Amino acid sequence: MRLTAETSAARLVGRLSRAVGRGGGTTLPGKLIWKVDPGALDALAARLPAGVAVVSATNGKTTTAAMLARILGSRHRLAWNNSGANLASGVASTLLSATDADLGLLEVDEFALPEVMRRVRPRVVSLGNLFRDQLDRYGELEHIAERWRSAVGALSPRSTLVVNADDPLVADLAEGHEHVLRFGVDDPRLARPALQHAADSKYCVRCGSPYAYAAAYVGHLGDYRCPSCGHARPPLDVAARSIDLQGLDSSVFDLVTPAGTVRVTLPLPGLYNVYNALAAAASALVLDAGLDEIVAGLQSFTAAFGRFERIGVGDRRILILLIKNPAGANEAVRTLEEGGVPGTLVIALNDRIADGRDVSWIWDVDFEPLLEAADRIVVSGERAAELALRFTYAGFPPAQLEVVPDLREALDRGLELVPPGGELAVLPTYTAMLAVRAIAVERGLVRPYWEEAG
Amino acid sequence: MNIRVAHLYPDYLNIYADRGNIAVLTRRAALRGHALEVTGVEPGDVLRPEEFDLLYVGGGQDREQALVAPDLAARGDDLRRAVDTGTAVLAVCGGYQLLGRGYRGRDGSWLPGAGVFPLETVAGETRLIGDVLLEADLGDGVTTAVAGFENHAGRTLLDAGATALGRVLAGHGNDGASGLEGCRAGAAVGTYLHGPLLPRNPELADWLLARALEHAGGPGVLEPLPDELERLAHAVSAGRARSRGGRRRR
Repeated sequence: MRLTAETSAARLVGRLSRAVGRGGGTTLPGKLIWKVDPGALDALAARLPAGVAVVSATNGKTTTAAMLARILGSRHRLAWNNSGANLASGVASTLLSATDADLGLLEVDEFALPEVMRRVRPRVVSLGNLFRDQLDRYGELEHIAERWRSAVGALSPRSTLVVNADDPLVADLAEGHEHVLRFGVDDPRLARPALQHAADSKYCVRCGSPYAYAAAYVGHLGDYRCPSCGHARPPLDVAARSIDLQGLDSSVFDLVTPAGTVRVTLPLPGLYNVYNALAAAASALVLDAGLDEIVAGLQSFTAAFGRFERIGVGDRRILILLIKNPAGANEAVRTLEEGGVPGTLVIALNDRIADGRDVSWIWDVDFEPLLEAADRIVVSGERAAELALRFTYAGFPPAQLEVVPDLREALDRGLELVPPGGELAVLPTYTAMLAVRAIAVERGLVRPYWEEAG
Repeated sequence: MNIRVAHLYPDYLNIYADRGNIAVLTRRAALRGHALEVTGVEPGDVLRPEEFDLLYVGGGQDREQALVAPDLAARGDDLRRAVDTGTAVLAVCGGYQLLGRGYRGRDGSWLPGAGVFPLETVAGETRLIGDVLLEADLGDGVTTAVAGFENHAGRTLLDAGATALGRVLAGHGNDGASGLEGCRAGAAVGTYLHGPLLPRNPELADWLLARALEHAGGPGVLEPLPDELERLAHAVSAGRARSRGGRRRR
């Protein structure tokens, strides 16, 4: 009965936290229960009759989980951490507050994944990708992969792994597990001409030789084969074929699954979102969703907050594209390129823990297509000057660059530079994105995330 | 003039935005009318280091470092000869470790290095992570404050009589104990500082460029640049080191 007393106390904290307006009360109750009794997480998860689905990845976990929620929302009552609180304490909060849920849907931080998996005993685990990200916080890629490997090793043989076959390191984790669904992209027309500068995992996981890519799609994700030992991308169970990227509006593709093939219009730009859709579709299949439900869910999807989110500001709009590491930022750049680079950009770099304290990653992002096309760039955030150096050393004219560390002022300045009817692209790091949204909430342009319907 | 730069293992050692350091050298040279000619060198490629004015070695993840270490160690004699005749070197993080005599792993394993710097590195139990500020001594009475970010498990121990790049004002440095950071041997500089290092440390960038220019037969002085953004970035980074440098993590 200890669980009951603790959970009531923790729920009370959640209400208090919301009442004083602190971050929607997202993690405070979870932090409390996580501190008092981490084992409560096991019990909270075990209460869910339809079990738990877990989603992790360096990039796209929030979007993948949101897609899955869209697909499963009509059939299940979800315990879903849609506020981005993806550490163990956030998971605990979510499970605490969703008292009438039957299915857990948890986006989980890469580092927190082993602990969360051990406690919530998921039915399905979706592993999307591993990119270099916040090395000061997560350490090296191999280190995260090792943690994931031990988590997968401890997983019940009855659980299903959904893995990205196009990521050599991630695909390799599933080797030897009984129930696996492998997803990937199968459309060489969309391959990049070469691996990007920041590509990771480009050496064979078995023998260390460089992989040869028949097609490289996003970062090091693609159709790889080791010329030396033959280690290659495994056959795909769920694939995207005949992909048609339609600028900033949508992507259309054939979703090929063991349950059949359907053409999907995903109302989100970018090949990386096709990967997210594949992860969501494969996970939904494991959770017994029908192909029609999957298509309906994906086609009615709207972006997770701060990830390609449009906000109207009078007669202008701002378009927010979160950037947080080289691979993700490269895809944001590619998306803007495909839709036509806006004349004015605000790019904001913070260096708090959630952003990564080490800002060197901005030099690994291929910002150059934006620099070639933009008329004016306003750099902002606590490390605005570092962005200014990144762009001026790349040859961007100093006269077209403005350094405005204060985000509020930077947004105002950016909007001032955009003609009526135009759109301002804003590329913030994580905490800068939260700040941009807070400014939008304060000005009555959007509702706070904790009030948004799932 | 043409300044010839050999960039060692750009495909393997590039974890901390090493191309930023090359971009800074390239542009600062161009602004003074000089051209940087950069040649990438991968394992197995022919390299005659004395034909270059500056050698650059960046940092990598453990796996990539282990993949290039034997190739680099085999070039030790050539590299030492080049450094003795005035070729400038910038080696960062993993590159810095690999240019020492070697790296002792936690399991006792020994990864031999190129032996350019008089030092050894021993794996530690914790990683030394955070913002750093140094008082760097570039010889001949030239000192400059250098700001950057460190993230390393290795503890680097300088031989007696070896010269550090600088004294740690905030952060961990070579081993978290000696108060020293990096190593300098003539025009060869090794350091744990990335961020990348050179954009916000223009005096160090120009010092390296001037040494490379001298080796190329040019003048050893460069006209100053305004560097307003550089100073702004340096000030923020130095402030970070003072307020939060030097935490440890398992």
